[in-house]
Amino acid sequence: MLEQQKDYVLHTVEERGVRLVRLWFTDVLGNLKSFAISPAELENALEDGMTFDGSAIDGYSRIQESDVLAMPDANTFEVLPFGDTKTPEARVFCNIHNLDGSPFDGDPRQVLKRNLQVAQQLGFDFYVAPDMEFFYFAPPVAGQPPQPLDAAGFFDLTTTDVAGTLRKQTIRTLETMSIPVEYSFHEDAPSQHEIDLRHTDAMTMADSIMTFRLIVKEVAAQQGVHATFMPKPLEGVQGSGMHMHLSLFRGDENAFYDEDDLYNLSPTAKAFMAGLLYHASEITAITNQTVNSYKRLVPGFEAPVHISWARNNRSGLIRVPIPKKANPTATRLEYRSPDPATNPYLAFSVLLAAGLRGIKEGYELPAEADANLFEMSDAELAKLGIAQLPQSLSDSLRVMEGSSLVFEALGEHIFEWFLRNKRSEWRAYKTHVSQFEHDRYLRSL
Amino acid sequence: MDALAVFPDPPPPELARTLDVAGYSWLSVSSPEDAAKNEPPGGWAGAVVVADADPDGAWALCRAMRKKDRNVTRLLVLVSGRQLGDLELRDELFDDFCLTPFHPSEVEARLRHLVWRQGTTDVRQDLVEYTGLVLNLDTYQASIDSHPLDLTYMEYELLKFLAQNPGKVFTRETLLSRVWGYEYYGGARTVDVHIRRLRAKLGEEHANLIQTVRSVGYRFGQSRWSSAAPAS
Repeated sequence: MLEQQKDYVLHTVEERGVRLVRLWFTDVLGNLKSFAISPAELENALEDGMTFDGSAIDGYSRIQESDVLAMPDANTFEVLPFGDTKTPEARVFCNIHNLDGSPFDGDPRQVLKRNLQVAQQLGFDFYVAPDMEFFYFAPPVAGQPPQPLDAAGFFDLTTTDVAGTLRKQTIRTLETMSIPVEYSFHEDAPSQHEIDLRHTDAMTMADSIMTFRLIVKEVAAQQGVHATFMPKPLEGVQGSGMHMHLSLFRGDENAFYDEDDLYNLSPTAKAFMAGLLYHASEITAITNQTVNSYKRLVPGFEAPVHISWARNNRSGLIRVPIPKKANPTATRLEYRSPDPATNPYLAFSVLLAAGLRGIKEGYELPAEADANLFEMSDAELAKLGIAQLPQSLSDSLRVMEGSSLVFEALGEHIFEWFLRNKRSEWRAYKTHVSQFEHDRYLRSL
Repeated sequence: MDALAVFPDPPPPELARTLDVAGYSWLSVSSPEDAAKNEPPGGWAGAVVVADADPDGAWALCRAMRKKDRNVTRLLVLVSGRQLGDLELRDELFDDFCLTPFHPSEVEARLRHLVWRQGTTDVRQDLVEYTGLVLNLDTYQASIDSHPLDLTYMEYELLKFLAQNPGKVFTRETLLSRVWGYEYYGGARTVDVHIRRLRAKLGEEHANLIQTVRSVGYRFGQSRWSSAAPAS
């Protein structure tokens, strides 16, 4: 099998005249990293991997040894659909190993792989479909507010819609990179767009999200447009989320589906959901990892604030979407707090770990909260036992620090590094004096 | 011509004699591993598998012989009358069969026919073609209407398997076991995901080359006896 895959890759490079092969991997913060090798080196790389100095990569540094080994995953080899067609380039995702061949603890892809193996031991395959939201702006100018391309509202159609054309090109490019698109539309906010990806296994999806973010930016840049996944780029309009539709499959069967349940949810689905709710605060630092993320998680903008679930209530953290007709494979949970600036490998890891904990420990699912939670007083919410998600990066880091679940899911290396790195981000933010403060206090105080 | 693989090891003396008399070179093999180890450099020319004594071992060997990287396409199985039912659902595992106890001239005639039907030199077919779709099995390249298709390895393998069996309906399970082997990644939904990707890459005009057969699985193109014109 492995021999054949290697053969396939080497032949394709030869036949298509690929000039450069990009080895892709991801740092702990979720940034795509890459180094390029020539086709002549490829066979060697597939066989033995490529050594590189990890100390320059965020979250890869260690005290004793800085060299790590990038092992290409031949299954992910693809010719890139952009760039000069006369000198095609290809990419392949890598797993990062220590020089002795063991998985490197700082590699988010290895972390997800380990968590997926835990699920597989229980007989589950983890499937994810994300709704990707993002903004198109004119190229940013330092010190200036972002300039939206249009002022069109939700589902608006205009004939001279630059952004619409961009979105179409983006979808075409995604499809040629094996990333199927389910829906796409213009979102609520000016210049905001949404592309929903079709569900696939979590590892392929995490890779796909990395590719997705690159393609969206690349296609936009070719037209002189800046695409951004910043969670809340504009004040007063909704931010960009990455709702995740989650399901567990046992072979061909959706383990979340139960024909006899009112909402078609199996006991497995309910326990998984209970796990997500119970551990939601602990994993929020991972699903919402920037200072800016918490400006999206406020009332009134379709983003969740409260830790609750409902069948069809967009103010809650988890929604149980109504599947088209009775479609067992479409039964799923929609987890609504993550934003597209997250590291997908780590986000999937902690979501899966939280849900599985619920299954293993048999957590009880709290009652559905179908009222509009934004209109309820704190006292009413408290009576229903509904808590809020952490309100700032600082809050969520504090909760994460005490979480054995997140520690186990991420492993010590990433857990420690992430807290250190994000604490320093918070400190940098805390010492910043903003326009808000000048406007409000300079004259009056 | 290269040797035939013969199962079990040792084969029934009557069979050994028949093959020798007919002038075939052959080697007996005891298991799929054994067959892999002793495989001639040019691949097995074919296989004669006696299934009446050890059916499980026999079918395991047939399955191994059908593995995509060294697909043996002249596979004769020998079964007892009671095993005829076992042939059902295993159609893809053999090319012809013969009842035991067998008549030596029948085995000989059937083998001769298999070899004749498939030509004596090329065991592997280099090109798979179907209405605009061309797969070059030597270079692993696929094209549609002369435009190259950029596929991942598994997309290529799935398309190859389907295109080699036009008109046949395969269940997801069959596709998983035949294309991915049993150590697949991501579970049974993987097949749907890959079909969806292949259709997108084939483009709108050709997406219907792969049809969904409701509550069964998938079918590539049309079978030869269908009256409907092939999708174009």
